[in-house]
Amino acid sequence: MGILEKILGRHPHWGVHPDDHKRPAADAPLRSLPLPEVLRVPLQQHVGSPARPVVLVGERVLKGDLIAEPNGNISAPVHAPTSGRISAIGEITAPHPSGLPQLAITITADGADTWCERQPVADPLALAPEEISRRTAAAGVVGLGGATFPAAVKFNLGRRLRVGTLIVNGGECEPYLSADDRIMRDRATEVVDGLRIVMHAIGAREALVGIEDNKPQAITAMRAAAAAFGHVQVRVVPARYPMGSDKQLIQTLTGKEVPADARAAEVGVLVHNVSTCAAVHRALRHGEPLVERIVTLNGGALTRPGNVLAPIGTPVVDLLRFAGIRERPARLILGGPMMGIVLPHARVPIVKGASGVLAFDAAEARTPAAGPCIRCGSCTRACPMGLLPLEMASRIDADDLDGAAGLALSDCIGCGCCTYVCPSHIPLVQYFSYAKGELSTRERNRLREAATRRLAEERAARLQREAREKAVAAARRKAERAATKAAAGAGVPPLRERVVVTPTSETAT
Amino acid sequence: MITPRHVAPVAAPHAAGANSVARVMLWVAAALLPATLFGFWLYGWPALHLWWITTASAILGEALCLRLRRQPVRASLRDASALLTGWLLALSLPPWAPWWIGVVGGLFATVIGKQVFGGLGQNLFNPAMVARVMLLISFPVPMTLWTAPIPLLSANAPGFVDGLRITFGTLPAALDAMSSATLFGYARSELSRGVDLLQSLAATQAPPLSLVGERAGSMGETASLLLAAGGLLLLGLRLITWHIPFAMLATLALLASLMHGSDPARYLSAGTHLLSGGAMLGAFFIATDYVTSPNTSLGQFIFGAGVGFLTYVIRTWGGYPEGVAFAVLLMNALTPVIDRYVKPRIYGRDRHGRPLEIES
Repeated sequence: MGILEKILGRHPHWGVHPDDHKRPAADAPLRSLPLPEVLRVPLQQHVGSPARPVVLVGERVLKGDLIAEPNGNISAPVHAPTSGRISAIGEITAPHPSGLPQLAITITADGADTWCERQPVADPLALAPEEISRRTAAAGVVGLGGATFPAAVKFNLGRRLRVGTLIVNGGECEPYLSADDRIMRDRATEVVDGLRIVMHAIGAREALVGIEDNKPQAITAMRAAAAAFGHVQVRVVPARYPMGSDKQLIQTLTGKEVPADARAAEVGVLVHNVSTCAAVHRALRHGEPLVERIVTLNGGALTRPGNVLAPIGTPVVDLLRFAGIRERPARLILGGPMMGIVLPHARVPIVKGASGVLAFDAAEARTPAAGPCIRCGSCTRACPMGLLPLEMASRIDADDLDGAAGLALSDCIGCGCCTYVCPSHIPLVQYFSYAKGELSTRERNRLREAATRRLAEERAARLQREAREKAVAAARRKAERAATKAAAGAGVPPLRERVVVTPTSETAT
Repeated sequence: MITPRHVAPVAAPHAAGANSVARVMLWVAAALLPATLFGFWLYGWPALHLWWITTASAILGEALCLRLRRQPVRASLRDASALLTGWLLALSLPPWAPWWIGVVGGLFATVIGKQVFGGLGQNLFNPAMVARVMLLISFPVPMTLWTAPIPLLSANAPGFVDGLRITFGTLPAALDAMSSATLFGYARSELSRGVDLLQSLAATQAPPLSLVGERAGSMGETASLLLAAGGLLLLGLRLITWHIPFAMLATLALLASLMHGSDPARYLSAGTHLLSGGAMLGAFFIATDYVTSPNTSLGQFIFGAGVGFLTYVIRTWGGYPEGVAFAVLLMNALTPVIDRYVKPRIYGRDRHGRPLEIES
C-alpha cells in the first residue's frame, strides 16, 4: 500500500480554482461609508447565545457604548456603532436565507459619531494574558473570517492547551472578496501588532501568516510590517479554494492534520483571521470595541465595486447605493459566492462576520439545471476532506441518511467544491446540508425519546417500589395485629388498630 | 428598495465551473474523430455507412426510451451520451458488417444496455460493450468477417453506391472477395493447426503488424496510434486520469512480455498485444467510462489492472481471439465491490475511518 500510495499521490490535489473576480474591487482604495441614518444591530452576530440588551428605548448612547451584554460562556457583547438614540429594540429580518426574524437594537444616529470614553493600553504586551482575553472579550471581538467564534474563548483554549503556533489566516480564498486583502495592504502594521498581542495572549512561540499568492501587494506589505519580528513569518500559499479553511491552511503551513474528533488547538495550532488580529489591535491599543469592519462590495450589478469601512448594523441597501447600482441585482449574497448566504432583501443589516456583500447580475446568478450523476468522480477529486460526495448524495437521495453518515458526512465542511465542479450541476452541498439537518433533528428526537422513556421507566419503577413497600408494611401490620391479638388473648384489643387501620384504607392510600 | 429578482430558493455555491456532461461527451467524440476518419479512409464507404447507421440507431433507441419514460427527449439527447455510445460501438464492429448489425447493436446498446437500468449514470455495464458482446455471441459469422483495407480512392475501393450495397447486403460477393483475418484470429487459427508463431507470423499471408494500422480489423483496432493520441488529449484535458489506461496497458504489456520471453513460439509479443485488437480503444475510451468504472484513484488502478489481466487471459487461453470487451464487462461487474472497499482516506482520519491519534 505504501508504494502504491506514493505512486497515486499521497498529497491530495484538493479544491478548485474558480475565476476569482477580485479585481478591480481589490485594487480600489478603501473608502469610508457616509454615516447611515439608522443602524440595526442584531444581538446574535456570533456563534453562541445571543447578547442581552442593557439599554432602553429612548436612551442616548455614544459610539462604543455597551448596548447588549454577553449571555453565557460562549457569547459576545454588542456595542453602539455610532452615537445616537435607541429608537427600537425588536425583531428585524435576520441576515439569513430563511428571512426569519431576529432581535436587534435600532439606533438613530445623531450624526456626531461621538466616541465614548475609551481606555487604551500603551503596552498590551506587558499585560497578563488573561487581561488581554478579558479586554478582547469585552470589546466584542469575534472571528471576522466568517466563523464569528468569540475570539477570547479561543485565546483561553489556546492558553490552556499550550498552543505553540499561531496561524494567521490571510488566505481569503473566496472569489470576489478582498476585505482581508485590503486590511493587509492598508493596515499591515495593525495586523502584525494585533497578531503579536494574540501570540502573547495564548503564549504562542511563533506565528505563520498564510497569504495566497494572488495577493502580491498584501504579501509585500505584511512582509515589511513583520520584518522586525523574527518569530512572525509570512508564508505564501497557492491560491486554491478552500485554502482559507482552517484545516486546509493548517495542513498546508505545518503539514499537521487535525484529527476528526479534535480541535486544532489539540495539535498545537490556533487559527485567527487577519481582520480579527487587527480588531484585537484596536481593542487593546485604542480601547475601541468592534463597531465597524471592512466590507467588500462586488458583483456585476454594481458600478463602483470596492471595499468600504462601514459601521456594524448598516443596512445592505445603503452599501449598495454607495457602490452604485447598475441594474436590479439578480441575487444578493452576504459573504463569498462559494459559501455565502442569499439575502432575502436589502434591508437586512451587515454583521460582524459580513466580509462582503455581492450583488450579482443575471449572468452571474445563472444556475444551470441539474442532471443525472455520471459518476465522473470530479467531486471526489475536488473534495478537500477526501470524502465521496457522489456516494453520499446517492445515499441521501435514497433517504439512507445513516448510509451517508457512515461515509463521514459529518466531516463535510460545506465548502461547495463538489457542487462547483459537478458537470451535471447537482446541488451536492444542499443534499449534505439537508441530511446534516435531518440527522441532527433525529438525534435530538432520539435524545428526547430516550429521556421520556427513562422518566416513564423511573415512574413505573417508583410505583412498583411504593406498592411493594406498602405490601410489606401491610403484611407487617397484619402480623403485629395478629401478635397483639394473640398476646391480649381474651382481653380488649387496642383501640387504635381496631378503629383506624382497615385493610381497605391501607390499599387506598 | 432593492429586492433581488430570484424566486426559487437558491443556496451556495453561487458559482459553477464551466464543465458539463455535453462538454465531456463532445470532447471524447472529438478525441475519437482522427481514428474514425482514418478508419473511413482505410475501409471506404461501407465503414462510413455502418458508422452512421449504428450511431443513429443508438440515438433512436435513447429517444424512444426517453419518450416512454416521459423524460425531456431533446434536452436529454443534448448530453451526447447516446451519440458516443453508438460511436464507440461502431468502432468495435467489422467495418463492412451489414446494416442490421448496426441497427440491432445500436438499439441494444442504449435500450437494454443503458435505459433499462434507468438511463444515464445508472447502468452497471458499458452499453457499447454489452451490445458488442451480444452481437458477437448471437451473430458470430458477420461479427468475425473482417475485410482487408482498401483505402478510399484506391483503384478497387467501392464507391458511395457500392458502399451502400455492401452495407445493405446486396453485394455479398464483395466482402467474400476482400475478407481477411485479424492478427489475433490468424495467430490463433495457425496455432490450433500446429503452426507456431515464429513460422506463422513470418509467412507471407500473415496480417502485417503495421504501426499505422493498415490491416484487417475494426476501425477501433487498426488506428491504435491515433486512438492513443486521442487518449492523450483526454488526459491533457483532465477528462480522464492516467490510472485506468496506464494500469491496463502496463498489466497487459507486462504479462505479454513475460510469456513471450518464456516461449516466443506460443505467445505474442507485448507490442502486438498493445497495438492490436481493442487495447488502445479499450484503455482510453471504453474502460475509462465514468459510469461503469470506480471513482477513486486506487480503485481505478485496480480496475485497469484487472481489465489488462483479463484481456491477456482471454486473448491467450479463452475461446475468443479478442478479449477486451469481455474483460471490461467482467471488471464492470466488480466496480461496485471495488468502490465499496477502496475509499480515499478522509482528512483527519486513518484508512479505516478512525480519527487520527493526537501527536503529543
